[in-house]
Amino acid sequence: MKELLTLRINGQTHEAAVPSHFTLLETLRYVLQLTGSKQGCDKGDCGACTVWLDGRPTLSCITPVHEAVGAEVRTVEGLVGLRTGSGTPHPLQDAFDVCGAAQCGFCTPGILMSAAALLEENTSPSRDEIRDALSGNLCRCTGYTKIYDAVEMAAERLREQGERGVGR
Amino acid sequence: MSTRTPRRTRAVPPRDDPEVGDPAEELEEHISHPDQDGQAPHGRRERVETNVIGQRLRKTDGLAKSTGRARYTDDISLPGMLHGKILRSPHPHARILSIDTSAAEQMAGVHAVVTGAEMPRSYGIIPWTPDEQALATDRVRYVGDAVAAVAADDEDTANRALEAIRVEYEELEPLLDPREAERRTDVQIHDPKKPGYNGNITKVVKLEFGEVDGEMDAADVVVEGDYFFEGSTHTPIEPHCAVGLWEEGGIAGTRLTVWSSTQVPHYLHRELARVLELEAARIRVIQPAVGGGFGGKSEPFDLEFCVAKLAMKSGRPVKILYTREEVFYAHRGRHPFLMKYRLGADREGRIRAVDNRALLDGGAYASFGLVTAYYSGQLLPAPYEIPAYRFHSTRVYTNKPACGPKRGHGSVQPRFAFEVQLDKLAERLDLDPIELRRRNFMGEDRRTINELRVTSNGFLQCLDAVERASGWKEKHRRLPFGRGVGVAGSCYISGTNYPIYPNEMPQSGIQIQVDRSGRVTVFSGASDIGQGSDSMVAYIAAEELGVPLESVRVLTSDTDLTPVDLGAYSSRVTFMLGNACIDACRKMKALVQQAVAEHWDAKPQRVLLAGGQAMDGLDTSRQMPIAGAFNLAEAKYGTLGATGSYNTPKDVHGEYRGGTIGASPAYSFTAHVAEVEVDPETGFVDVKTIWVAHDCGRALNPAIVEGQMEGSAYMGFGEALMEQQIFKDADHGRAGLHDAPSLLDYRIPTSLDTPELASLIIESIDPEGPYGAKEAGEGPLHPSIPAIANAIYDAVGVRMDSMPFSPPRVWKAIQAQKEMEGREGKAVAAD
Ligand code: FES
Ligand code: FES
Repeated sequence: MKELLTLRINGQTHEAAVPSHFTLLETLRYVLQLTGSKQGCDKGDCGACTVWLDGRPTLSCITPVHEAVGAEVRTVEGLVGLRTGSGTPHPLQDAFDVCGAAQCGFCTPGILMSAAALLEENTSPSRDEIRDALSGNLCRCTGYTKIYDAVEMAAERLREQGERGVGR
Repeated sequence: MSTRTPRRTRAVPPRDDPEVGDPAEELEEHISHPDQDGQAPHGRRERVETNVIGQRLRKTDGLAKSTGRARYTDDISLPGMLHGKILRSPHPHARILSIDTSAAEQMAGVHAVVTGAEMPRSYGIIPWTPDEQALATDRVRYVGDAVAAVAADDEDTANRALEAIRVEYEELEPLLDPREAERRTDVQIHDPKKPGYNGNITKVVKLEFGEVDGEMDAADVVVEGDYFFEGSTHTPIEPHCAVGLWEEGGIAGTRLTVWSSTQVPHYLHRELARVLELEAARIRVIQPAVGGGFGGKSEPFDLEFCVAKLAMKSGRPVKILYTREEVFYAHRGRHPFLMKYRLGADREGRIRAVDNRALLDGGAYASFGLVTAYYSGQLLPAPYEIPAYRFHSTRVYTNKPACGPKRGHGSVQPRFAFEVQLDKLAERLDLDPIELRRRNFMGEDRRTINELRVTSNGFLQCLDAVERASGWKEKHRRLPFGRGVGVAGSCYISGTNYPIYPNEMPQSGIQIQVDRSGRVTVFSGASDIGQGSDSMVAYIAAEELGVPLESVRVLTSDTDLTPVDLGAYSSRVTFMLGNACIDACRKMKALVQQAVAEHWDAKPQRVLLAGGQAMDGLDTSRQMPIAGAFNLAEAKYGTLGATGSYNTPKDVHGEYRGGTIGASPAYSFTAHVAEVEVDPETGFVDVKTIWVAHDCGRALNPAIVEGQMEGSAYMGFGEALMEQQIFKDADHGRAGLHDAPSLLDYRIPTSLDTPELASLIIESIDPEGPYGAKEAGEGPLHPSIPAIANAIYDAVGVRMDSMPFSPPRVWKAIQAQKEMEGREGKAVAAD
């Protein structure tokens, strides 16, 4: 059974016919072709599917799509432009590239959403705070080291931007 | 089994030591003798000056991955695409009596059903052990073995259709314990190769080099130990996925396309042709971005055959995505090893003899097992000089998912046992464990006792680096009870000299094309699984042709478009593909230099290509944009393209049966120091820091090399402390069922678990590697595990000879130690 749902994703309104038992992740990936969010386990264990629901990092693979109706959803595709202006990657996305924080890149979208949420609240996180924020996201490639470097680099850029009053 | 004593260890004759010459002359010499044979472009040990190579640069796919644009197999969706599911055996060992698919076929929304009878040909990644079928026809050998597949409108319909398939099984006794499998012949998991053979044995390797018994008898100290290495699995975050498309279209158009998250598109291509009985020329394999492999995607799996066959039957594209549980059952991970090791040494700690036995628990199929059995012994005799060496390894089948190559294939387990043995030896002789390792260092440019040709070898620098960085001298045997440090070393191959199927063709190929705009396109058949091989060839093209990195486009892993590369396994890619890329670029460069030189009426060796310009090396005011230089070359030579290839040296291996296995064009070396804190009350081991020093020859991009080192150390750490790929027996549930087939229960380290990882790159400049580079993706895993075991000993005085070093085991070991000390204490008191 499909239902017509209205969803707010990355600042845009989508109307889509969605099988009513779909999760938010299935809806994003298979109905709306927003394939940036990844499925690593489909049961809430890996964090690859992390998106924001009203700004909170949420595992979209265990979130029924109905819970997203009426909420603001943000995915990795919608990090581009946030805090930077349209079309420019978020400082975190750029820092991941600079630091080599994405090897296979499959965990990356989820990690970015968790890390970006941390930086929304705190642009001077300690390593331990970063570790805590990422503890629900498994990365099998990097040993996390380069990811921490990237989050710290992005934090610094956001602090600089904040001082200059850019993007806020 | 052949056993013979080879020639004594001997040194490789010293290589000519070319003088550093005038760059223009070198350039000239290079142009007059381009590397037509694709062999070692440098052949010398000086660090060549580079502009791009050696820099911390972005990866070509970095931003695509961090913005969600990178396309993985499951991101592909084709018009009319169906979803497939595979029916799996609930029994660890059973005969299939019948399969009835009629009810499933009639279900609404089901478009095709396939069983093994439609693709019965057996296959195997190693051509000598083809013991698998795409779908089992008459016997299942582990819980999870595939028996049928369906394609339906959606996954739910496909799952319901699976439930409608009736399979009648006759259950057979399962063998789960490798010791039982080795001993028993009344239950045979595979048919014996010959009458009188045990069908539970994949491979027995017995090799002996030098006078082991004599040396052992003459040794001042003999260290003996029994070790157990637990199995573990890769758990890439991307589950395996494949999409099949069958197009009928006349003479050239009828073809099968398979997109797969594979690490070995070329081998997949071959096996698809074999099993589907289709001409290989009608099959196209495309490997999109891969979300991690670590060896877990380096052979064909049931899903690739099934998407192909289901697409052929239904006439519609079909996708199969494994569930996470299926990934655990697909496995091909680390073999559990039971090891019995003996090490003889003289009073100064010099090794005299090594005598090792191992029993490898291989699971249901051979996979790479023939190679694993050899690697379990062949890769041990470096970086230490071992004058007499024997190993005897047996790989057996058991009714569990097949084991295969996991990062550090076959050599991580023996390395664990051996490096702990060395630590015990140091303890016995009251020597510093780092000093003991130094004393046994084999040196550069030598043959090991089993005739591996070792050229560059930066192991001593690795030891120095971790000793310094960790503060070893102040810490070892000096930290308070509960804290300790441990050291371990290792060695690994940079690819194998011999491909999986015997052939004379290159192991890696590159094709390049330059465009009138100044763009360079590199066609690479290699599989970037996150390790950065696409970026690596882009750096090389930018270096050699002087174009900015933004002007290089890398097109990869499409058997219709890209030259053959054998795949991302055995740490071969940087070495082989890198050399192939240099080869192609230099051929192109020679054309461009020649054309520009004619234009300027100068000698070609004066023409330098760098920074987006062609310039006169002797008069740098004379320049032109690189696009102009390319245009001159195109005008002179016609459409521009070049190919390059690399093949391994075929004359450096042992002259004995199996002597080619383990032969590599270069070996990497690693040393780790781990620092731990052990809570004696709970047995919990907190690894604080692992210092990783790795001789990668030369770091083509240090950030990427560090990423490989950190990822390796992390993965070894996980194996050491947390991970267990284990199965229930009949007394604990249903026999053969995976104990924890989820990412929650099979615990891989999170950010909170992972220690500090400190990477220390050592560059020995390999004479044959691209710019001197060797592997970095697998070697740095090896020492993590023994370094942690040795650190636990330094901390609390207990030997952890069985993995993983989980709290209950460590706690028990500490308790046993206390009891023993108590008894000894009492005995002393009573005296
Ligand atoms: S896919 Fe959602 S947590 Fe793994
Ligand atoms: S980069 Fe591969 S899982 Fe994190």
